Amino acid sequence: MSALGLFNYWAAIFLMMVGFYTLIARGNLIKKIIGLNIFQTSVFILYITMGKITGGTAPIFVEGGRDVVYSNPIPHVLILTAIVVGVATSAVGLSLVIRIKEAYGTIEEDEIEDESL
Amino acid sequence: MIEFVDVALLILLGITAFSIIRQQNLFAAVMMMGIYSLLSAGLFVVMDAVDVAFTEAAVGAGISTILMLGTLALVGHNEHQPQHRPILPLFVVVLTGAILVYGTLDIPPFGDASNPAHHHVAPHYLEESEHEIGIPNVVTSILASYRGYDTLGETTVIFVALVGVLLLLSLGPRPRRIFSNGRWITVAADDEDPSEKGAGDARVDGVQAPDEVELLRDTDG
Amino acid sequence: MDDRVILRVGAKVLIPFILLFALYVQFHGDYGPGGGFQAGVIFAAGFVLYALIYGLGNVRRVLPPRAVYICSALGVLLYAGVGYVTMALGGQFLDYDVLAHDPEHGQHYGILLVELGVLITVFGVMVSVFYAVAGRRRLDT
Repeated sequence: MSALGLFNYWAAIFLMMVGFYTLIARGNLIKKIIGLNIFQTSVFILYITMGKITGGTAPIFVEGGRDVVYSNPIPHVLILTAIVVGVATSAVGLSLVIRIKEAYGTIEEDEIEDESL
Repeated sequence: MIEFVDVALLILLGITAFSIIRQQNLFAAVMMMGIYSLLSAGLFVVMDAVDVAFTEAAVGAGISTILMLGTLALVGHNEHQPQHRPILPLFVVVLTGAILVYGTLDIPPFGDASNPAHHHVAPHYLEESEHEIGIPNVVTSILASYRGYDTLGETTVIFVALVGVLLLLSLGPRPRRIFSNGRWITVAADDEDPSEKGAGDARVDGVQAPDEVELLRDTDG
Repeated sequence: MDDRVILRVGAKVLIPFILLFALYVQFHGDYGPGGGFQAGVIFAAGFVLYALIYGLGNVRRVLPPRAVYICSALGVLLYAGVGYVTMALGGQFLDYDVLAHDPEHGQHYGILLVELGVLITVFGVMVSVFYAVAGRRRLDT
């Protein structure tokens, strides 16, 4: 698997930039939240990639396995909680979008700006 | 074989992400987010992070999609055509990406067991967890015992997020922004509107209070 | 959804298994992949499925909003409470060794209770957020 070199990191950066682009270039608030979710997942992929050891296995002890290599469990723990926290914060973002829609009648950023002028 | 699966999943993730941002119909975009989550869960399995894959599959492809669809039902699902040419954002994104790729050149190669990340506390957890904690799943033992503070914090964050959502969404009839006399003012929702009356049972009980709507009007108007 | 017999019957068959699977994930989390976070989400998914097929009013009668709010606070309280109990027993905050005579058993009890707290909170939060979003009516503009 080491033949891959840095490919995983580059793929994570590509996804990150796709999410970042959606976040800054699109005016629709739901689309922005989707972009934020893509960005978030790319960070998860980056972390999990760092935890992988070639030839390793999932960090759950095998019965009687002495010379088994386990992948690094710490990124797994961090990301496991981050995913659930991520959906909770997305829910706050979505509630804000609902309130903005009710207050301004639109969720397009430029129209909201036009209305508040 | 694993390399092949890994590269294939990453390419599929890239294609899915790209088609999500190209998609103007937000319903389709949300459904593709479900596919994206499921693909990343598959990638996590390849990367030995089975617990993470489990969570991503349950949260990303399940609850998150439902919440997004529920929101879309309230706010509508058509995205307007962007008005500006995206030259500046594209430039910023390409520049940032190039800098990040330059930064990866110093990162130790993927999967190498001698990476510094694997030599801090991880060996201690992997070697001692069996005697100190006594359960086979190291992820659970770190999550709940070695790093119990972290998890307590995360649980609190989730709870606080709920409080935020309820504050935003459970406030009885919604105040509206109305344009009158040359400026925007916020008014409480029409009480005479019969459809608003019907909202009473749909509302979450126990939290709404008419006073709070009054309060909102006072501070905002 | 009154005429969709397959969906209604299928959901009725599936929901008990979803809830049972959530409990399996919860209590088998020490030995395989799983734990409080995943179990909470799956448990909530069972109720969300019920709401999607039978309507929000029915699921509110099964599980009143007030109950899920209490759940989401109770889980955090249970988690922090375990920490204070370990302090009262002479250990440090969230040091489960003191919960039983044998430190390893103490760790088992501690992890079980803490994961239960996580399950209750995650379940409560997911269902409450779903109630809040799904219970809101569309404003016609």
